[in-house]
Amino acid sequence: MWKTWPAPGVAPVALSDVSESRPGPVITGSDLTKSFGAHQAVRGIDFEVEAGESFGFLGPNGAGKTSTMRMIGCVSPLSGGELRVLGMDPRVDGAKIRARLGVVPQEDTLDTELTVWDNLVIYGRYFGLPRSLLRSRCQELLEFVQLADRRDSLVDPLSGGMRRRLSIARGLVNDPDVLLLDEPTTGLDPQARHLVWERLYQLQNRGVTQVLTTHYMEEAEQLCDRLVIMDEGRIVDEGAPAELIAKHSTREVVELRFPSEADRRSALPRLEALGERIEVLAERVLVYSSDGEAAVSWMHGDGLEPSSVLVRRSTLEDVFLHLTGRSLNE
Amino acid sequence: MTALTMVGRVVERQSRVYRRVWRGSVFSAFLAPLMFLAAIGLGLGGLVDKSSGEVDGLSYLVFVTPGLLAASVMQTATGESLWPIMAGTKWLRTFHGMLATPLGVAAIFGGHVTWVAIRIILSSSVFLAVAALLGGVVSAWAPLAIPAAVLTAVAFAAPLSAYAATQDTDLTFGPIMRLVVQPLFLFSGTFFPVEQLPSWLQPLAALSPLWHGVELCRAATTGQGSAPAILVHVLVLLAVIAAGSAVGVRTFKRRLAP
Ligand SMILES: Nc1ncnc2c1ncn2[C@@H]1O[C@H](COP(=O)(O)OP(=O)(O)OP(=O)(O)O)[C@@H](O)[C@H]1O
Ligand SMILES: [Mg+2]
Repeated sequence: MWKTWPAPGVAPVALSDVSESRPGPVITGSDLTKSFGAHQAVRGIDFEVEAGESFGFLGPNGAGKTSTMRMIGCVSPLSGGELRVLGMDPRVDGAKIRARLGVVPQEDTLDTELTVWDNLVIYGRYFGLPRSLLRSRCQELLEFVQLADRRDSLVDPLSGGMRRRLSIARGLVNDPDVLLLDEPTTGLDPQARHLVWERLYQLQNRGVTQVLTTHYMEEAEQLCDRLVIMDEGRIVDEGAPAELIAKHSTREVVELRFPSEADRRSALPRLEALGERIEVLAERVLVYSSDGEAAVSWMHGDGLEPSSVLVRRSTLEDVFLHLTGRSLNE
Repeated sequence: MTALTMVGRVVERQSRVYRRVWRGSVFSAFLAPLMFLAAIGLGLGGLVDKSSGEVDGLSYLVFVTPGLLAASVMQTATGESLWPIMAGTKWLRTFHGMLATPLGVAAIFGGHVTWVAIRIILSSSVFLAVAALLGGVVSAWAPLAIPAAVLTAVAFAAPLSAYAATQDTDLTFGPIMRLVVQPLFLFSGTFFPVEQLPSWLQPLAALSPLWHGVELCRAATTGQGSAPAILVHVLVLLAVIAAGSAVGVRTFKRRLAP
């Protein structure tokens, strides 16, 4: 619905016409780097975000996701490489770019000295929007994130999930062309997470381009059309979630736990033969196989007796493990 | 948006918050200075006038009124430019939220300082009106004490905000209030002419922005003062403001957009 609203500042109609007639990338990074003193947080990454897609940076803590998002958001100068956002250069046109972005940062920056309502209205004022427009838009946004009944509350009494939804509503107040979401559901319980996901799907259906970071593989699979996997400041691979899984993993995975370290060690050689490959983790052994059930019955026939057996589909977690040798959330 | 509009949007946010919390600042910004005026101007002033007749040819109340005005706006500006800056950069991170919009660091810094100036216009107007009723203001130039008070306040707000943005904790803020602000409060020609200080100390008064502010306010409320001296005071305060702002935009940038 708010694709029909006039965008702030610069000629809105002309801009959306341009992006519709020429659906090139809205964000392009080439050999992008970011250093903090001697430490390189982002070490030369290349990526492209297309208009209307939902693009993810998946990676563990410290991978450089936030550093990248802050450069895209024009609140952190590049250390090297090239970045174009909405056809502009952040070094020159930071304010113009920010006028057309919606940002939901990893750490909330909600204004705890203002009410829920004023958080939206005042934020809209930072974008130069008139009060009359904001009155109707903020009401719609509150309803969209299901906070209309908390309109006069301060921010502090809100639950984590509500605060996140308010952040999302605030990020939409300028009717952005691109929504940047840095770990939109980290720290939320499953129910609150699903509520956020549902709002983000709706925005995707309205054609809002989304760029998000996450270290939850489930979130990446749910929300991203395409993603890059980041580790230690580099991109290790990119593609659609299903593509990446098909490329780097088997269809199914058998997760095994053994009663003792000795049992496990003695089982390993036979497990190697069981699937295409195995991964040995701290507590589990993962056997990669196109047919998990078959592998399990073969294993039982072989006399192996793990304490627990779980057959599941491959996920991006397995892709990450395969590409980096480490698991995503450790 | 023009730079001025952007500053205006930050001010709008500050005034929105102030509408909720103004009660908390009534005492420190409005009542405390008037209590000082009553106790020192009228109470102590009565004694001073009885024993020495006058100070620099003025009754003590008339002498001390502009001193108290300048000193109290310095205190307000200082308090507003230490902890609230820490809140914006670290504790509540409001400035980070602002920076994700078209507002830049200059607008955030400028908006803060402008808001301090607006608060000073309000509080110094009230102070001057009450002081006039009590007989502490004897010149038709007195309204000019308001811009003088604003210059004084911003000469503290700009450099201290610039400094506060470099800090990771508020550990140094208490000592700054006690070791810098308090001595300036007492020894900048506020309660007695700097000529009363030991002669080796007197030139140091010129280093105190507050002394220049006091002298300006005094020129306005008493109608006495030479044009060249006034000009020098104004220029010194403007120089401090300019330097503080230039540094402030840089320290804000380093803190908010590393
Ligand atoms: N302002 C800063 N100053 C110094 N180092 C920084 C700064 N910001 C980030 N870093 C460092 O850069 C690296 C990447 O950090 P970044 O926040 O981009 O990772 P991330 O992928 O977002 O991690 P997380 O999942 O924990 O949010 C880390 O080693 C971090 O310590
Ligand atoms: Mg991060």
